[in-house]
Amino acid sequence: MSTTASNTSRSRGKAPGGERVADWADGRLGIYTLAKSNMRKIFPDHWSFMLGEVCLYSFIIIILTGVYLTLFFHPSMNEVEYHGSYVPLQGQLMSEAFNSTLHISFDVRGGLLIRQIHHWAAVVFIAGMFVHMMRVFFTGAFRKPREVNWLFGFLLFVLGMFTGFTGYSLPDDLLSGTGVRFMEGAILSVPIVGTYISFFLFGGEFPGGDFVARFYSIHILLLPGIMLGLVVGHLILVFYHKHTQFAGPGKTNNNVVGMPLLPVYMAKAGGFFFLVFGVIAFVAAIAQINPIWAIGPYRPDQVSTGAQPDWYMGMAEGLIRAMPGWEINLWGHTLVLGVFIPLVLFGVILVAIAAYPFIEAWVTGDKREHHILDRPRNAPTRTAFGVAWLTVYFVMLIGGGNDIFATHFHLSINAVTWFVRISYFVGPVIAFIVTKRICLGLQRRDKDKVLHGRETGTIKRLPHGEFIEVHEPLSQEQLHTLTAHDQYKPLELGPAVDENGVERKVRATQKVRAKLSEAYFGEESQITKPSVEEYKEITSGHGHH
Amino acid sequence: MKKLSARRRHPLAALVVLLLALACTGGLYAAFAPAEKAQADDTAQSLAIDEGKKLYTVGCASCHGTGGQGGSDGPSLVGVGAAAVDFQVSTGRMPAATSQGAQVPKKKNIYTQAQIDQLAAYIASLGAGPAVPTKEQYGPEGADIAKGGELFRTNCAQCHNFTGKGGALTKGKFAPSLTDVEPKHIYEAMQTGPQNMPSFPDTTLSEQNKKDIIAYLNAVNGDETENPGGLELGGLGPVSEGLFGWIFGLGTLIAVAVWVAARTAKAKKS
Repeated sequence: MSTTASNTSRSRGKAPGGERVADWADGRLGIYTLAKSNMRKIFPDHWSFMLGEVCLYSFIIIILTGVYLTLFFHPSMNEVEYHGSYVPLQGQLMSEAFNSTLHISFDVRGGLLIRQIHHWAAVVFIAGMFVHMMRVFFTGAFRKPREVNWLFGFLLFVLGMFTGFTGYSLPDDLLSGTGVRFMEGAILSVPIVGTYISFFLFGGEFPGGDFVARFYSIHILLLPGIMLGLVVGHLILVFYHKHTQFAGPGKTNNNVVGMPLLPVYMAKAGGFFFLVFGVIAFVAAIAQINPIWAIGPYRPDQVSTGAQPDWYMGMAEGLIRAMPGWEINLWGHTLVLGVFIPLVLFGVILVAIAAYPFIEAWVTGDKREHHILDRPRNAPTRTAFGVAWLTVYFVMLIGGGNDIFATHFHLSINAVTWFVRISYFVGPVIAFIVTKRICLGLQRRDKDKVLHGRETGTIKRLPHGEFIEVHEPLSQEQLHTLTAHDQYKPLELGPAVDENGVERKVRATQKVRAKLSEAYFGEESQITKPSVEEYKEITSGHGHH
Repeated sequence: MKKLSARRRHPLAALVVLLLALACTGGLYAAFAPAEKAQADDTAQSLAIDEGKKLYTVGCASCHGTGGQGGSDGPSLVGVGAAAVDFQVSTGRMPAATSQGAQVPKKKNIYTQAQIDQLAAYIASLGAGPAVPTKEQYGPEGADIAKGGELFRTNCAQCHNFTGKGGALTKGKFAPSLTDVEPKHIYEAMQTGPQNMPSFPDTTLSEQNKKDIIAYLNAVNGDETENPGGLELGGLGPVSEGLFGWIFGLGTLIAVAVWVAARTAKAKKS
């Protein structure tokens, strides 16, 4: 205290140390203006808006633990004899990669825990991205201006899958080696270039001596580098677009209702990071993941049953397992459709969900910005499409684990596979129809609630003996929330002939668009929301029947 | 001698002679006992075969035929050996239910070990086959665990999973889990190849190899298995891990997110 006082008295006007440091930094970095405009940035409150945060934090956890693992991992396929502390592998020949992973697991302080945190965080990270993506999808948060950010997110999901896959392959254990062999098979099935790509990737015949080192640089440098860039871009766009919010009183397309970034969200987000870290560390502390010591080192002549990839590659596994083993032999060349078709479908299924926002935008022709989220029931076709897509995805996950399902539910693996094959075609159709009906039912209920109020469960008997249930009118806020959404009208192509009776030329794409638009917004696909007139008419009179 | 001769008419002389004779006979008996015991064993063996045949007629003949020659419901048992009987009956797989599924499952054994031995003796008498292994053959002494692991991954893991947790085969058949299976039965299974399992006779997997495999299984899937890293989640690999990650990893985090979002800072009204 005394020093500060004497300082101030000695040199008047000289700022305190902290301020001078801040000034120095601001003069060179320009933080102040940036911070000033962003510190009070508002974020809305909803648990589903925190799914992205789960992903971000698990990504950070993966990077931190991954750095620790690189300190001890040797990305080499040189053969060594094991002399570590795990008895059942003593004297076995294995690659240096496997040896160093055993070393991390048994002989590095905290190594096994860090390995397990790293792996569990990856499982949670990609699952989190999946759920986050579905949240964005079902609430229509991908609409203008957020289409690019949707694609960033999608790319993060796909890159996450491949980063996970390359990481899972690094220990060079029997399970991941089988997975790499699987991938090699998929590459080989590509017509003409497949063999070349495989030889290029593995530096010759599989497995060669190169792939661990190559996967290592892909896993720790290339893919995470791109992902980090995309994450930053994703966050910048979230800031730039501002966050979406659910409809409600006081919430419009032009405002964001919530809490400021500083101090509220900074504290919340900081706390949430530690909660995420805590949960993942707890899971990693109580549950084993990828026990490579039990699985053993990879040898191309060995294989274990139940050889599956991590869950995010399960869809690819399922497609291959469900696909009949078709192949065509022509002029001495083999086209392995049994593997190539699943490979193509894998891409098609992923691209389908990524491209959906653009298809919907084309159908609606809506060029407006949307910052208010849809309730899934108010976009029945989109919701139904999403559920159909999820059905395909999860059917294929079952397909990927068909042997585990067979043994644990005492079923025939052939029956499980046939179930998957049929469900792949029938499941999404049923899911689409059922979901759409449920959405329409919910829309009807909303309409009923708006017009007739909430059922109170109170039964009254009228003087003439009739029993009625008392309906309580909704509050203004509730009425607003239930009726805030827009409803599109189906696209009309206009009259088939112009004023002179000459047939108008309508482009084929426009016809398709009109058909789709009818399917989206026709009478069959949405319940017209109650109008003000309807509401007045019903509420003005006494009694409503 | 005179002394002895003088007393040969002694009233107790007959008794002494009798005692001597008995001692002699006893001594001779003791000296020749092993030979005689072997003879006795032979009779025991034939007795066991007779008893085994009776048990066989009651429990097995309806499917395997009255003389073990096999029938429409069961294979011939000529030459399967005592090891096969011991495995099938003591794991409860035989006698099988009349209508079983794709594969005869393990169930409670209803025979005593003595009865199983009698059955085994009868079946072994039908034709030469592998005998029931002794403890020295399947015991842990002198086994190389690491070698066993390598052999297990090469020969067994493709059906039984890397630590013997079992796996699926076609059309509802399955490779059973090897958890809590007695070393003797694992040895017998390798020797005889029950049901869908290929057999690994000593020419394919030597006695030492079998011992190694059993020791490996005991090390990675036994009572004293050291299992670092926490819950094993069934030891099935990524399917159960993925399920656990989704439910307990992401599920918990979503619950936490709901909890955090429900506790929002209240803006002060000014």
